[in-house]
Amino acid sequence: MSNSVIIGQYVPGQSLVHRLDPRLKMIMVFLFIIFIFLANSWMSYLVLTLFALLSVVTTRIAPSFVIKGLKPVWFLIIFTFILHLIVTKEGDILFSIWNFDVYSGALWKGLEISLRFFLLILMTTLLTLTTTPISITDAIESLFQPLKRIRFPVHELALMMSISLRFIPTLMQETDKISKAQASRGVDFRTGTIKERLKAVVPLLVPLFVSAFKRAEELAMAMEARGYKGGEGRTKFRELKLKPMDVWIFILFIIVLITFWILRT
Amino acid sequence: MDILFENVSHIYQKNTPFEFKALEEVSFHIPAGSFAAIIGHTGSGKSTLIQHFNGLLKPTSGHIRMGDFNITAEKKVKDIMDLRKRVGVVFQYPEHQLFEETVEKDIQFGPKNFGLSQDKIDSRLPEVLKSVNLPEGLLSRSPFDLSGGQMRRVAIAGVLMMSPDLLVLDEPTAGLDPRGQKEMMDMFSRVHKETQRTTILVTHSMEDALKYADYVFIMNHGKLVMEGTPLEVFQKEEALNQVGLAVPEVIKFLHAFESRFGQSIPFKGQSIQELAKEMTEIVRRGVKDE
Ligand SMILES: Nc1ncnc2c1ncn2[C@@H]1O[C@H](COP(=O)(O)OP(=O)(O)OP(=O)(O)O)[C@@H](O)[C@H]1O
Ligand SMILES: [Mg+2]
Repeated sequence: MSNSVIIGQYVPGQSLVHRLDPRLKMIMVFLFIIFIFLANSWMSYLVLTLFALLSVVTTRIAPSFVIKGLKPVWFLIIFTFILHLIVTKEGDILFSIWNFDVYSGALWKGLEISLRFFLLILMTTLLTLTTTPISITDAIESLFQPLKRIRFPVHELALMMSISLRFIPTLMQETDKISKAQASRGVDFRTGTIKERLKAVVPLLVPLFVSAFKRAEELAMAMEARGYKGGEGRTKFRELKLKPMDVWIFILFIIVLITFWILRT
Repeated sequence: MDILFENVSHIYQKNTPFEFKALEEVSFHIPAGSFAAIIGHTGSGKSTLIQHFNGLLKPTSGHIRMGDFNITAEKKVKDIMDLRKRVGVVFQYPEHQLFEETVEKDIQFGPKNFGLSQDKIDSRLPEVLKSVNLPEGLLSRSPFDLSGGQMRRVAIAGVLMMSPDLLVLDEPTAGLDPRGQKEMMDMFSRVHKETQRTTILVTHSMEDALKYADYVFIMNHGKLVMEGTPLEVFQKEEALNQVGLAVPEVIKFLHAFESRFGQSIPFKGQSIQELAKEMTEIVRRGVKDE
């Protein structure tokens, strides 16, 4: 299993952020992302950054772990920064390296875009780190409820999502197991030409597909045996209810956004 | 193959909130030619342990010697293919690894990867089929058309084809019917006796361990908590109960006999008939005394 990518990996916990209603959490992240793109002054960025950092601290997840999880996107962030330094030619010349002029406007623009990028990834990562995939699905189903009027299959989509999410870890375990079994039979996944490596994937994919189909069939059978017949008239096991704490946090968030708006230029 | 573990620990997903210590300071020695059983509660780290035998996992700390091969955290295992050729592992539910179009091709898959010549494969095949009790008529069938038990035999045949120095079996009888279980275990026992190859059996069955193994390791929460010959280990009923294991039925029965009649019969691997005789002897004597 891969250890470095944590986007989409839930870290169990009991923090305020963990317990926040998933619908509110998603709305907040969504609004936050929109507001990232509305920021235009140092102060407004400061407000957003402080809020993001406060959120990280509140989750009680080790910051080093969060940072490590962002590893794959660090590259993108740094890349956009450097790209801006090279391409943008606004403001005064700050200094030059090897006959290459770096403009102050470029520095500011580069920082700005990198910061936006960083905040965006950070907040979405926090969402998935503190919310179980199943809560996210529930939240989506609940938020999209109004679309049922126009015959949008909300329930079916949510069901599909939760089933896929449920089986991702299983599939990963299975992949791990089968690749170990085939490695014991002398399959080498790591070295060789591209053709050889592609060939090495067959002994992995065939058993994986076979077991996935078998699982799907068993699941369908089990659902039917328990009387599943679509979303009509179905009650929920995990009901989403707003708690007073959720409301307070949301009010706090709105205050942050208002402050942000005032500090914009 | 001589096996030596020195303070081996394995931590899954180290340095993350999901960090899990699956093996803790495990040390033991299994001399070449022995039949060892590893027993432990579900989740005690047995499968983790055996994945170290052919370098699928490397210890987080500690040192492993498999014959001439050294496995440590720091270094890449030299000639890992050679190690895997010499250590045959039959995984839990090995039938899940089948993928070829025909049974024959699947059995030959491992041997071919490890560079066995076609001549050798062809000459070994009939013998291996016989020892796993698979009719030759199945060779041209698709492995997916077989019954679960037959599929498992196919997977095991692929491992036996290599005639490895060390045979590692991870619960090879799980999910088979009682007769299939006995056949399978008798087969492994026969193979072990015929070739004197080191065999390691992971099992939940105390009966199997008592019957087939000449050395037993008990694991609990990633630690090695007991080891010894089956007769030594299975005398310690209380210690075994503490780690969630029961002693074999025979020994349980003998203990019950002792507390009822006040006479102990030490278990030395007697058959049911022999034990019955000893018991009648004791009971008869008891009746005379009164
Ligand atoms: N890839 C992995 N990542 C994280 N934890 C794991 C992984 N594989 C196993 N574990 C954990 O390590 C522990 C030991 O697992 P292992 O499979 O070795 O147990 P076992 O003794 O073989 O159990 P069983 O009798 O059920 O087969 C378990 O608690 C398991 O959850
Ligand atoms: Mg296991």
